[in-house]
Amino acid sequence: MQTVKMVVTGPFSAGKTQFIGSVSEIDVVSTERKISQGTERAIKESTTVAMDFGRITVDEDLVLYLFGTPGQKRFDFMWEILSEGMLGFIVMVDSTRPETFREARSILETFRAYAPTPYVVAANKQDMPDAWPVEDMRHALRLDSKVKLLPCVATDRNSVKTVLLELLYSILAEMESGG
Amino acid sequence: MALRGNLRDFTVTQLLNLINLASKTGTLIVDGPSETAHASFRDGKLAYARIGNEDNSLASILHRANKLSAGQYQIIRQRGGQMNDKELGLLLINAGYVTQEDIILSLHQYFTGIIQKLFTWVEGFFRFENEMLPPDDRINVRMDLENLIIEGSRHLREWEQLQDEIPSLDMALKFADRPGANLRNVNLSVEEWRVVSYINPKNTIRQIANATKMTDLEIRRIVYGLIQAGLVEIVRPEGTTLPPARMFPTEDREEQKSLVNRLITRIRSL
Ligand SMILES: Nc1nc2c(ncn2[C@@H]2O[C@H](COP(=O)(O)OP(=O)(O)OP(=O)(O)O)[C@@H](O)[C@H]2O)c(=O)[nH]1
Ligand SMILES: [Mg+2]
Repeated sequence: MQTVKMVVTGPFSAGKTQFIGSVSEIDVVSTERKISQGTERAIKESTTVAMDFGRITVDEDLVLYLFGTPGQKRFDFMWEILSEGMLGFIVMVDSTRPETFREARSILETFRAYAPTPYVVAANKQDMPDAWPVEDMRHALRLDSKVKLLPCVATDRNSVKTVLLELLYSILAEMESGG
Repeated sequence: MALRGNLRDFTVTQLLNLINLASKTGTLIVDGPSETAHASFRDGKLAYARIGNEDNSLASILHRANKLSAGQYQIIRQRGGQMNDKELGLLLINAGYVTQEDIILSLHQYFTGIIQKLFTWVEGFFRFENEMLPPDDRINVRMDLENLIIEGSRHLREWEQLQDEIPSLDMALKFADRPGANLRNVNLSVEEWRVVSYINPKNTIRQIANATKMTDLEIRRIVYGLIQAGLVEIVRPEGTTLPPARMFPTEDREEQKSLVNRLITRIRSL
């Protein structure tokens, strides 16, 4: 059995667990903990503390694992471990919370420094009325026009599929150009 | 239509950067600690600004810039009541009191002052109104934002934020190939020029810091300013060979491609 993996990262509450949950064939093995206090408690009740883990079986010889990173900064020691050997990564950004854009950029730069693998950025929660327009987010996140920034609704499986496919197309394109 | 937030999380420098890169037209409204500021833009250039109840009539701006004497200013205030700024400007130029350049420079100075004041606000709600254009009866200018952005980044002192912006000093820099990114139009300090002179995809940020004898904090601050102004980009240093990443369970290129194609087929079928 061969396995490959992709990493889903991004700031606290961006929708990483939801994203993996929408396509994984197993219930996401999530390490959620209730948030006991503080400002983060006001945003949601539980958070991922070590990682999320999802699986998509491709055929009898091949399995794709999806790893979600914890969003809270104090768990970032997990990031490098999770990123090892990844085929590519997805940076999730909550389009309704500009206060997290800076951190999203920081996470993106950190992952870029780990490995030269392809990545895409998902502008998540585009179904919400106060979501920033994708093109404004491109500038706010300082993404070069070559970087794929995709509108995303993590609760919608088709939307998640599109993001994963775009990442795979980038991986393929990179292999073809790299010879 | 949701360009809104708090300066705590999204600084004025970052907003200017966004407006610049997206060539936005509209008005940025910021509710500061004690007053509200309006800054209007056309195609990503600053056109007009006002703050609180400050008198921003052309006559008053020219007077404060010492282009009109107190006497001239008094006369205009008494007799020029019905005239708008554009009409007054023409009149003053025709009368030989000021030149067109005096007017433009004084307005630039005044608007720059307002933006500089904004840089000192750390708290306050902002929103960007696409529909709101600079007032018609006022003289609009076309100021490039790059200098303001660089200037704003110099205010950034917070170590933590810089660490966030530039997490790894082992990355390199290259000049942005964005059209319009032009170093010649930007007023850089001596320190900034020293950094610029080392920019090359072969040099890591850390190497540049060593070469210019700067601390981590100093180099991060300068690099951050250059990035925000859209002049440089972070890239992986050229010529570094990475530890072989075991991304694929097989070494064979064709097998790897086949594997990615299988993944694509499978995801499509979900
Ligand atoms: N409307 C909407 N809500 C979403 C979307 N994606 C996620 N959410 C919600 O946003 C909240 C956060 O989603 P999570 O998947 O827990 O986010 P996370 O990135 O795993 O969060 P941490 O692990 O705590 O960092 C949850 O309440 C989700 O239901 C989306 O596309 N649209
Ligand atoms: Mg989670």
